[in-house]
Amino acid sequence: MSTTRRITYREAVREALREALQRDPRVFLMGEDVGAYGGCFAVSKGLLAEFGEERIRDTPLSEAAFVGAGIGAALAGMRPIVEVMTVNFALLALDQIVNNAALLRHMSGGQLGVPLVIRMATGPGRQLAAQHSHSLEGWLAHIPGLKVAVPATLEDARGMLAAALADPDPVLLFESIRLYPTAGDLAVDAGAVPLEGAAVRRPGRDVSLVTYGGALPRVLEAAGQLAGRGVEAEVLDLRCLRPLDTHAILASVTKTRRAVVIDEGWRSGSLAAEVSARIMENAFYELDAPVARVCSLEVPVPYARHLEEATLPTVERIVAAVEEMGIGHG
Amino acid sequence: MAEFRMPSLGADMEAGTLVEWKVQPGDRVERGQVIASVETDKGLIEVEIWESGTVEAIDVQPGTKVPVGTTLARIRGEGKAPAPAPAPAPLAAPAPASAPPRPAHRKRISPAARKHAAAHGIDPETLEGTGPGGAVTIEDVERAAAAAPPPAPAAPDKTAAMRRAIAASMARSKREIPHYYLATEIELTAALAWLEEQNRGRPIRDRLLPVALLLKAVALAARDMKAMNGFYVDDAFRPGEGVHLGAAIALRGGGLVAPAIHDADRKTPAELMAALGDLIARVRTGTIRASELADPTLTVTSLGDLGVPTVYGVIHPPQVALVGFGRIGPRPFCVEGGVVARQAVVATLAADHRVSDGVQGARFLAAIDRLLQRPEAL
Repeated sequence: MSTTRRITYREAVREALREALQRDPRVFLMGEDVGAYGGCFAVSKGLLAEFGEERIRDTPLSEAAFVGAGIGAALAGMRPIVEVMTVNFALLALDQIVNNAALLRHMSGGQLGVPLVIRMATGPGRQLAAQHSHSLEGWLAHIPGLKVAVPATLEDARGMLAAALADPDPVLLFESIRLYPTAGDLAVDAGAVPLEGAAVRRPGRDVSLVTYGGALPRVLEAAGQLAGRGVEAEVLDLRCLRPLDTHAILASVTKTRRAVVIDEGWRSGSLAAEVSARIMENAFYELDAPVARVCSLEVPVPYARHLEEATLPTVERIVAAVEEMGIGHG
Repeated sequence: MAEFRMPSLGADMEAGTLVEWKVQPGDRVERGQVIASVETDKGLIEVEIWESGTVEAIDVQPGTKVPVGTTLARIRGEGKAPAPAPAPAPLAAPAPASAPPRPAHRKRISPAARKHAAAHGIDPETLEGTGPGGAVTIEDVERAAAAAPPPAPAAPDKTAAMRRAIAASMARSKREIPHYYLATEIELTAALAWLEEQNRGRPIRDRLLPVALLLKAVALAARDMKAMNGFYVDDAFRPGEGVHLGAAIALRGGGLVAPAIHDADRKTPAELMAALGDLIARVRTGTIRASELADPTLTVTSLGDLGVPTVYGVIHPPQVALVGFGRIGPRPFCVEGGVVARQAVVATLAADHRVSDGVQGARFLAAIDRLLQRPEAL
């Protein structure tokens, strides 16, 4: 193993962008404020000076227009990276994403591929109020024709973009707003990672904590607390919401016989619902307790910090959900 | 909506294991159709449904042991009023002492615990659950498996189980039923001669045995003598709605069962012979039906093959009488002041004194005698 360096999630994404721009002249970045302003979350800071206006393009405030332009550029042979500030604003481009990007491969009988990468920020945790804080990636994971990946670690933040650009079809990358400033150690030579497939972030035998994205650090913290009480929780990071790694989910649940799904989206019709249903369909007879879910409360995410916190899957709620399964009795 | 419940396949049965469903939800079922098989102490029993309709839902999965009366499946009827189950009804009322009350709620058992329990031959219903809401968890099963002695070989266990079942039933009979006993010698000269005549033209496997005539005579006599044919349940006698003769059949591995030959009074001796042969074959291959076990109205036991001259039986509750036949052979008869040898059999009656008196019993045996003297009319 090579040496590591201290780096933030934001810097890891920026490094991935820089590398992509350096390696392939067809790659360019466009979106609102990605240039002079450096990106609303400062992810693309410095890239305009380094690569120029041709490749770091500020766009007008029209999501449908610039996502559509990205689709056109991809069809024409470019490798565009389109940044949509948050998933809330992606709804303005939903027609382009769902009706064009996702469908063209199918509707052209395989003749037209859209090798487009759309990056967007998602989730709560930075006091950005309801219109900037929701976790709607589960909606897009509903759509066939899209690949939906969610980097939750520095390795994935650094390595998923290259794999997304290599994909001949549209890939959506959801970056957690909450994770941008978090720091950790990353291998100096960290590079591309596979886009698909879940990863066990902490092995355990008593319960599977299935999660993804911004919730991962809290779930790991909860697992640490549980370990102090003699409960060995396995933490499974889904990484890719479409396609879902059902095999990994079942392998973990078959081992631990219990599952809690933690999702910063709302409970009703959530990705947690989909995971729970797949466990029921495929591993019902392996279960020793009903599948539990810890999701965000079904309200618009509030602005005030303590109220925002109160809506989220907290460490306390995750630990409580595990304890309600009666693990460790007798 | 009708509920298809775990039937009581005899007064001594407390629970049964649902072994197999022969129908799926959505299937149409006809009254009388075999839709499931159930394992009891007396072997594998095919269970019929008594209402036509559509299977709405299956509540008990194969491999699950449940108490008598537990809903196994729900049937959506087809508009017309459901016909009451014929004879099983009286038997369905379980003995107060032995029937466990039906739980108001299904016991909580996790799917993994259920699977694990099945693998270890443990009945999860009997376990104390330590999971949320008292649910039985896989840990509870593992603890029980560790505590339980290794399961004994299946065969001796099965014999012991049947022995226990017979013990429970017969002890109850002797405890609750005031038996009285009568016996009479019946001359069979005419009957055997008639049989010989009948058998002359028949291939060997279709030949009638004397038992066919004995059964028919008992059935016809029972049709007229209501006090011998029916059930004593809840302090009252309920006459049988037909004459369904229970034929006591010994099992090769030990023990016995007495499944019913339905409407024996309306079958010819040849049909009775065939029915008996069929029953014996099915008892030994384990495909007896629930209704056959549950609804005999009067049992006949015949030990003549083994040479005993006379058999006094124990009534099978909740029936009210039992007819026994010993060996058929030459016996001394006094005719016109002299002693002559005649072919004869000793017929006995064990009857329930709560329902009948010796006078009725004696008339019943006399009727059997009279019927056997005119075999051509049987």
